[in-house]
Amino acid sequence: MHPILKLIAQRLALGLLLLFAASILIFVGTSILPGDVAQSILGQSATPEALANMRRELGLNDPAITRYFSWLGGVLQGDLGTALTNGRDIAESLGGRLKNTLFLAFWAAAISVPLAIFLGLLAVRYKDRWPDKLISAVTLTTISIPEFMIGYVLVYWVAIKWRMFPSVSIINDSMTLGAKLNAIAIPVMVLTLVVLAHMMRMTRAAILNVMQSAYIETAELKGLGMLKIIRTHAFPNAIAPIVNVVMLNLAYLVVGVVVVEVVFAYPGMGQYLVDHVSKRDVPVVQACGLIFAAVYIGLNLIADIVSILANPRLRHPK
Amino acid sequence: MTEPLLKVRGLKIGATAYPPGEKPVAIKIVHGVDFDLEAGKVLGLIGESGAGKSTIGLAAMAYGRGGVEITGGEVWVNGRDILKENLRNLRRLRGAEVTYVSQSAAASFNPAKKIMEQVTEAAIFQNKFTKAEAEARAVDLFRKLGLPNPETIGNRYPHQVSGGQLQRCMTALALCPEPDLVVFDEPTTALDVTTQIDVLAAIKEAIAATGVAALYITHDLAVVAQVSDHIMVLQQGDMVEYGTVDQIINNPQEEYTQALVSVRSIRHEEKTPSDNPVLRVENVTARYKGTNFDVLKNINVDIHPGQTLAVVGESGSGKSTLARVITGLLPPSDGQITFDGRTLNPELATRPIEDLREMQMIYQMADTAMNPRQTVGTIIGRPLEFYFGLKGKAKQQRIQELLDEIELGQGFQDRYPAELSGGQKQRVCIARALAAKPKLIICDEVTSALDPLVADGILKLLLNLQKIEDVAYLFITHDLATVRAIADSIAVMYQGKVVRYGPKSEVLSPPFDAYTDLLLSSVPEMKIGWLEETIENRRMESAGN
Repeated sequence: MHPILKLIAQRLALGLLLLFAASILIFVGTSILPGDVAQSILGQSATPEALANMRRELGLNDPAITRYFSWLGGVLQGDLGTALTNGRDIAESLGGRLKNTLFLAFWAAAISVPLAIFLGLLAVRYKDRWPDKLISAVTLTTISIPEFMIGYVLVYWVAIKWRMFPSVSIINDSMTLGAKLNAIAIPVMVLTLVVLAHMMRMTRAAILNVMQSAYIETAELKGLGMLKIIRTHAFPNAIAPIVNVVMLNLAYLVVGVVVVEVVFAYPGMGQYLVDHVSKRDVPVVQACGLIFAAVYIGLNLIADIVSILANPRLRHPK
Repeated sequence: MTEPLLKVRGLKIGATAYPPGEKPVAIKIVHGVDFDLEAGKVLGLIGESGAGKSTIGLAAMAYGRGGVEITGGEVWVNGRDILKENLRNLRRLRGAEVTYVSQSAAASFNPAKKIMEQVTEAAIFQNKFTKAEAEARAVDLFRKLGLPNPETIGNRYPHQVSGGQLQRCMTALALCPEPDLVVFDEPTTALDVTTQIDVLAAIKEAIAATGVAALYITHDLAVVAQVSDHIMVLQQGDMVEYGTVDQIINNPQEEYTQALVSVRSIRHEEKTPSDNPVLRVENVTARYKGTNFDVLKNINVDIHPGQTLAVVGESGSGKSTLARVITGLLPPSDGQITFDGRTLNPELATRPIEDLREMQMIYQMADTAMNPRQTVGTIIGRPLEFYFGLKGKAKQQRIQELLDEIELGQGFQDRYPAELSGGQKQRVCIARALAAKPKLIICDEVTSALDPLVADGILKLLLNLQKIEDVAYLFITHDLATVRAIADSIAVMYQGKVVRYGPKSEVLSPPFDAYTDLLLSSVPEMKIGWLEETIENRRMESAGN
């Protein structure tokens, strides 16, 4: 077998193992939360008989291991259980939410990743001169401000003063793509500003590191221009660290958008999660946790695989 | 008279140094050098490190490495002063009229791109050739340079070919755009001697075949004597002597040149082996974890008290692995090691402290073998405390004794490694090894990173210390001149085996086995025409067989 396939298979297996471990953590974590699910469903006025019935119905009297495996078995068949609060199928209501979250994350990534890499390349080209300093100053400022703050500032200017985009980002399936994009414009801007600095700084650092190499001098002594050297000689060797940080930020765009979704009342997974945490709806919290973990592990797995593929020594063994 | 291809007048080069904790200071690297180079001729630039050779070579492309800046003078290439050109015009010169071959082809090739793409890049980018023409030219050059599979080697990545092959590819890279001048910066220094001779011959033939002019930079006078028409000797940024190869080699005028020509003047009388060797390596076989071949195969050698065993071989022959096995860093899979009459535990961690004390090491890179944040006194004092429990005055006194022994004297105890020269650093490492009062010191390529004259001083010191302290050396090296200078017995290693072993006089006298013959005949001699003679001899031998 080609050694690279072996490496990738190893990574995939590790990813699955990690996901399994995460499911245990999520289950244990939600199980040791204080309070009683039956109590929170039935309220303070519930009779002891009703509580006992409810517990039996929910299987809360079974040992934890039995409950874990019946939950995991369901998850593997695509059954995430039913929400305690409204009795709806979680997989169904989560599906639409997840789609919305991915929609927002996709557009934020589509803008921020190329922009970050371009700015990183530009910062290297003009290292220690004003464009570099300006790019660093602006991106570091935006990463330092809490995202809800940026959100409100943008709402004030873009939505209220200039009236360019709406301040509330409610979307539904009947809207056209254009209308949807119009609705999510401000949250996309916020997310872009939040993730830009990290990716741009890493691109800059990774390429500057490569620029110290002797083969960059070789390229300079061939008479190539700086931008061409950065693009064709430095960038291919800096892909691995850049992809790693890009994937971390993509994961953040999916997993970490809770605050932004709440600020803009966006019907994504984050808001769904926050709603049900406050209602102590454990199955929903578990399901959300598991999906977030899967996204996180999956994206990092992709980063690992890209790093492996980017290494010519692994791609073309002797 | 026609205008020379390269005319350098009053070239001054400087840089900014940043000493720790002080203000940046401007330092001068080259203080005004003049020379001419006619089209199609080869000029050798020779000197020790810090002489400014590479800096002058790169100045022919108006390029300063790192913070290096050309501060004055004129560099005329093809009738124009390139120091007055703007960057745009310089970029048309670099890679088109003047090209560069660096010391380490392994680092100078982009690991992510195929060789062909990199070899033809400048020729295509500079509009000298179309892609098809450039590739045809590259294949032709690969063939001229004696590379295997010239048609397909360009499709490989740099890590897929050997070091010697990559160095030839680098030469092809430099010759591909049909330049007028190539700057060769120590192109064979990083290679094994047996590889060096072939690469050297390939470079020389390629220069002759293409009629290109060359600046050939090296610290090895014997090498430059083979390829150059003229030689310029440099010392600390000044020209010491300029002349034809014949005049510099056979009739050097300046004292410094004479010293370079007659380096390795050490005479060492071989001692007779004793009956009780201090170290006996018996049937040792070893392999690294996770590999399926033996790096050492059935090794048998002895080292006698107060004597030197030189282990010589190319990179990858297993000589450093032998040191790792003896020190216990790599337990052997078979065989045993006896030290001073007792069997050594194979694992370092299980050896008693006395065994550790009696066997010390000195490394190739004195720089990385010392903690940069410790003073010389602390570095040498550490084994005194650790092995002998010395403290306070007694320790100070012993440190000073050791410093005197390594000929450094007063005023070094409070200095940091960064404040020492390369030779001084290696001396401190020697003192640290001696501090333990060892019976055996393993010296792993201890002079390889040093300039010839400095290395000479270190070897003399080691021989001297051997007489005083009666310590034995296991001297690992790839340099046969060093072996001749200091060994009592020699083990020649090749592919994990000892192919020849015995007293120096026997090992270095015919009849030779095939490998030792190849190794010995590959060492460049300071004689004009040596290269052609040796290559010719080999051709005749292989034709005769």
